[in-house]
Amino acid sequence: MAEYMAQGKKPEVLFWVGCAGSFDDRAKKITKAFVRLLNKANIDFAVLGTEESCTGDPAKRAGNEFLFQMQAMTNIEVLNGYEIKKIVTACPHCFNTIKNEYPSLGGNYEIMHHTQFLKSLMEEGRLKVEGGKFKGKRITFHDPCYLGRANGEYEAPRELLKKLEVELVEMKRCKSRGLCCGAGGAQMFKEPEAGNKDINVERTEEALETAPKIIAAACPFCNTMMTDGVKAKHAEDDVQVLDVAEMIANAEDL
Amino acid sequence: MHYIPNILFTIALAAGIGYFTINIRKIIRNIKLGHEVDASDNTAQRWSNVVRIALGQSKMVVRPIPGLLHIFVYVGFVIINIEVLEIIIDGIFGTHRVLFSILPTGLYNFLIASFEILAFLVLVGVILFWTRRNVQKLKRFWANEMKGWPKNDGNYILYFEMVLMALFLTMNAADLSLQSLGAAHYVEAGWFPISQFIAPLFNGLSEGTLIIIERGAWWLHILGILVFLNYLYFSKHLHIILAFPNVYFGKVVPKGKFKNLDSVTNEVKMMMDPNVDPFAAPAEGATEAPAKFGASDVMDLSRIQLLNAYTCTECGRCTSECPANITGKKLSPRKIMMDTRDRLEEIGENINKNGEFKPDGKQLLDDYITREELWACTTCNACVEACPVSIDPLSIIMDMRQYLVMEQSAAPTELNVSMTNIENNGAPWPYNQMDRLNWKDEN
Repeated sequence: MAEYMAQGKKPEVLFWVGCAGSFDDRAKKITKAFVRLLNKANIDFAVLGTEESCTGDPAKRAGNEFLFQMQAMTNIEVLNGYEIKKIVTACPHCFNTIKNEYPSLGGNYEIMHHTQFLKSLMEEGRLKVEGGKFKGKRITFHDPCYLGRANGEYEAPRELLKKLEVELVEMKRCKSRGLCCGAGGAQMFKEPEAGNKDINVERTEEALETAPKIIAAACPFCNTMMTDGVKAKHAEDDVQVLDVAEMIANAEDL
Repeated sequence: MHYIPNILFTIALAAGIGYFTINIRKIIRNIKLGHEVDASDNTAQRWSNVVRIALGQSKMVVRPIPGLLHIFVYVGFVIINIEVLEIIIDGIFGTHRVLFSILPTGLYNFLIASFEILAFLVLVGVILFWTRRNVQKLKRFWANEMKGWPKNDGNYILYFEMVLMALFLTMNAADLSLQSLGAAHYVEAGWFPISQFIAPLFNGLSEGTLIIIERGAWWLHILGILVFLNYLYFSKHLHIILAFPNVYFGKVVPKGKFKNLDSVTNEVKMMMDPNVDPFAAPAEGATEAPAKFGASDVMDLSRIQLLNAYTCTECGRCTSECPANITGKKLSPRKIMMDTRDRLEEIGENINKNGEFKPDGKQLLDDYITREELWACTTCNACVEACPVSIDPLSIIMDMRQYLVMEQSAAPTELNVSMTNIENNGAPWPYNQMDRLNWKDEN
């Protein structure tokens, strides 16, 4: 972004990569797949790079409002400094925080989840999404809590999957009643409390009941949790966990 | 002598309504122990929620079977109250079926017929509710927090409603028999599509006996209603009144939007403002203690959260959708609401006894809600989505986490580690911020 600014240019959209997308090896693949799609659609985009910092979502959900607001205000200063208007992110947690919790701290942006953004590109005819290698494959979609229930977006990822001409099978608990993968509320960064099962295993079992070839996700944390769940059920040879963006990119071997 | 029943009725009515009013005022006083919240925004959305969610029962029917049964009981409850109005006028003035002399015959007959059908549906609904609890033993009614009083309470309410409806139909059946005998005072009024099948049981009884049955059922029915009204305060059943204001005050922003703590905003702004003098003396007259962060007791919660606690009818839909609870963790959103209410009631009792709240060495945190429960939450909003009356257990969990972290620095160790990472290197993991763009050049 700094380079853009130096050249006096403004990107069409800022891609907010997020911590998982920047550092987690699995999530980096999603980042790269999404970037391939952005390039394919000739989107003029920028990233903050080393100037990006955690949105503060895990701090806020853990109860640390101080740390959250420090992170938020620092990020808002950077974003406002670059006069950012439009942001896209592949992480529903970043999406939710920037969309809902930054405005009261002075950060007002048009923010889209990557599935919403890809859908709009598709509708504008800037990106073609076609079946390719996923055509007719049996796929189930796991709703991320912070995209679905938290922000009421259930359709964008499903419409993309429909464009891929997959056979979409819903789990028993889906959309507004979708079961959490177990990572939200800063759970990703701690051990679960004592119980009789891990949440991601419960959710993976439900997903496997639909006998899918692929479990589609739209959140890097859900992706990790479901991947771990699939491994725990020793199903990794038969079932893949993929982000919707990865599927679109892979469909065309991008 | 002639007026004794009217006088007794009026006294019973006044006592019933009077005692209920006293208890309602206690509830209002207790709710006001919470801090004020501004809910003057989104008025149109709020009213639309009341119409859809409260009046329209839109969230109840997400589960079709209990949803439909509940609509029977709910519509029955609302409509049959018109009959109660007639009973009250009759009781005070010694009339009999007074609305018959006021309303057109067709309308009156239609009303009585619909009361009867609704009463029957309520009876069916309540019996099936009872079987769901006690025969089918649905899991959500047998959770840990439902042992003892909450379980009995739920059943008492169902028994109450069964008896009230049975009395209502018996009263009508006896009335119908008296009407066909041509008894004085019992004008031929009303259609009785249900109790006409009960009336044959009374064949051969004398007019005197029938009058005793009719009057007995009439009195027990109205006294039962007054007792039930007063039982509400001691039970989990206040939702029949509080659901409406509670839905009005429910969350109208996206569920993912957690509230901003303004007291923190001020401090963070000061920290980030280079012009602030860190050694400045507090402003003149600034004597109030710094705000407490988060909640450790019910007084730290908002009035809406406390209203939530009184509104909860312990149906357990929240708990049955909670990922932590489903996988055997201690957290149950329903218990969070029950604990909040129990603690609030305990404080209310304390105030009743002492005139004001005398510290009792207890609080909501630890004495009612354990840390283990609070840390098990994934903030997924399933409980908020599931609640048919817009209760938000998650907001209480979040407020209590804020207290634990910001007042007590008592987060689980792993969380402290990741929060330190966020503070130091801008990510929950210990990676260098300078490596954020490395993915660009990796394959």
